[in-house]
Amino acid sequence: MPLLEVKNLQVRVEDREILHGLSLVVNKGEVHAIMGPNGSGKSTLSHVIAGKPGYEVTAGEVLFNGEDLLEMSPDERAAKGVFLAFQYPVEIPGVATMTFLRTALNAQRKARGESEFSTPDFLKKVREVAARLNIPQDMLRRGVNVGFSGGEKKRNEILQMALFEPSLCILDEMDSGLDIDALRIAADGVNALRSSDRAIVVITHYQRLLNYIVPDFVHVMSRGRVVKSGDKQLALELEASGYAQFEDAA
Amino acid sequence: MNVALAKTDSGRTLSDTFTLARDRLPGGGKVDELRQQAFESYERIGLPHRRIEDWKYTDLRVLMREVLPLAPEPDPAALARGAAALKLHAIAGVRRLVLVDGAFAPGLSQTANLENGLRIRTLREVLEGGESALQADLFATGNSDPMAALNGAMMTDGVVIEIADDIALPQPLHVVHVASAARPAAMFTRSLLKLGTGASATLVESYIAGEGAKSYQVHDSLIVSIGDGARLEHVRLVEDGGEAFNISSSAITLGAKAHFNTFGLTTGANVSRYQAVIAFAGEGSHVHTNGVNLLNGRQHADSTLFLDHAVPNCESREVFRSVVDDRGHSVFQGRIIVRPDAQKTDAKMMTRALLLSDEAEADNKPELEIFADDVTCGHGATTGALDESLLFYLRARGLSEKEAQALLIQAFVGEAIESIADDGLRELAISAARRWLDARG
Repeated sequence: MPLLEVKNLQVRVEDREILHGLSLVVNKGEVHAIMGPNGSGKSTLSHVIAGKPGYEVTAGEVLFNGEDLLEMSPDERAAKGVFLAFQYPVEIPGVATMTFLRTALNAQRKARGESEFSTPDFLKKVREVAARLNIPQDMLRRGVNVGFSGGEKKRNEILQMALFEPSLCILDEMDSGLDIDALRIAADGVNALRSSDRAIVVITHYQRLLNYIVPDFVHVMSRGRVVKSGDKQLALELEASGYAQFEDAA
Repeated sequence: MNVALAKTDSGRTLSDTFTLARDRLPGGGKVDELRQQAFESYERIGLPHRRIEDWKYTDLRVLMREVLPLAPEPDPAALARGAAALKLHAIAGVRRLVLVDGAFAPGLSQTANLENGLRIRTLREVLEGGESALQADLFATGNSDPMAALNGAMMTDGVVIEIADDIALPQPLHVVHVASAARPAAMFTRSLLKLGTGASATLVESYIAGEGAKSYQVHDSLIVSIGDGARLEHVRLVEDGGEAFNISSSAITLGAKAHFNTFGLTTGANVSRYQAVIAFAGEGSHVHTNGVNLLNGRQHADSTLFLDHAVPNCESREVFRSVVDDRGHSVFQGRIIVRPDAQKTDAKMMTRALLLSDEAEADNKPELEIFADDVTCGHGATTGALDESLLFYLRARGLSEKEAQALLIQAFVGEAIESIADDGLRELAISAARRWLDARG
């Protein structure tokens, strides 16, 4: 059974149809890249999978381990192992990062019927992951993402990914706003999470990120559909020839 | 004695109540005269209504309708209910002073082994046999506000605390108002705290109810004078029963180079009003006044603060947060006056309301009256709902809708609660807020 199966998904936002019958299959252990021009529906796809309100699914289905994902609330999806690394992580003043991480982790564990993490185990785990991602301890004491640089915000997303151990990670434009050093640290963090029981979906506009996170499959989206799929070579072709060739195909 | 005819039916009932209660009200002579004046002031207006500007948002003729009769002296059963309620709201390491149904309860209070320089008497004692200057101080709230006047006329008991010069009181004083409320009744209490030059203290006031308490009315006043160089930390927790009314007034005066930090949290009572007049009488003093209202159902809570910058070089900060669910109604009125001599005044006021339902209401009324030209004054007010993008972020990380809301609400009120200097008291406020959040389910 595939980990994620998107079948003929059609999605509207207000009166506009954004996805026009998108299909995608992702298995455990795979890394997929979804590329496409601005407005092709990449972020919409990630939002619909994570359960963001405001999207109306008019046809199709999304199955996660064979279960109907669209029937679940965002928190149920998170507890089942869906993780979206946001393109623009929000700032939450007044909620310390550490408090947030612990509340979220324990909420997910509770939903799965697992015991809550003990404080020492939790702290040990956070420190370990934070050190690997070059996240200083004082950042963890600050409000969630408050005063963080673009790179720090993205690293904080990857920190959560490492902590929650989801089976499906969707990275929405992880490279936006990152310089080359920040990108490398973030990509190393993601690569460390590649595993045979986890799938990673990288959504990106540019091929550059895929030099660091090398995908098994590349899909090109245009006008709300996947118009071409291939291996990592496809990304390089795109870099050379651009997206224009696909605009008509869609 | 003669009592002028009241204008309303409820007022007439009250005239009788006042007449009937006279025997039980402590103090004769001058005190009796002052009571009479206070009652006459009250009667001229009666229960305040929306056409009185200060009470525009809290119309007691509609909300309260009548003043209930004076509560009877607590009997052993009432004291036992009070003691049980106290257990749930006990704070470690404080000196507890308890009023049950508006009467000082010596058996539940800790008045032994007073620190050097600390004097505690009951209001009753002071009104009956205290120094006349102190008796006059007890009427410091004046009669211009009808509810403060009514409280002055009817005050039955309370605590009178004096802290001598240069005494730093290590142990916080915890004044607890417990309503045993076997029957609907009103209690009229008034307390006074006097801090000498260079003294410092912490005062916590709690308003709680015994189990099964129904409708009751708390009418309370607090008079505080903070001497030169003195410091008072003040925390006020209104956790009255859901059918209760709590109408409290306070008058605080600061000398020079004095500090007053006050924090109020209202989660209880059906209708509550806290009106404070804070006056700077000496230069170089600081006031930080923070408040949080957490309301649901049909709760109504009104905080009306008046900061009187009468002298130069003083600083005041007001931070107020309200969270309103269901059909709750939160009112914040903040008036700052900077008098002509009060140059170099630095006064700021910020209020924010968070509305959790379409029918929730929050009214913010800031008023600045500035008569000096070299001052820094500002105010801001916002009202809004929880940010959907923050809620989604938290839910995408596994928090349920209620958990996500709770975390954001805690963060929203956090800035006001963080102002409490004492770790234990801050925890107390946080746990009271958490009780409210947990009760939301």
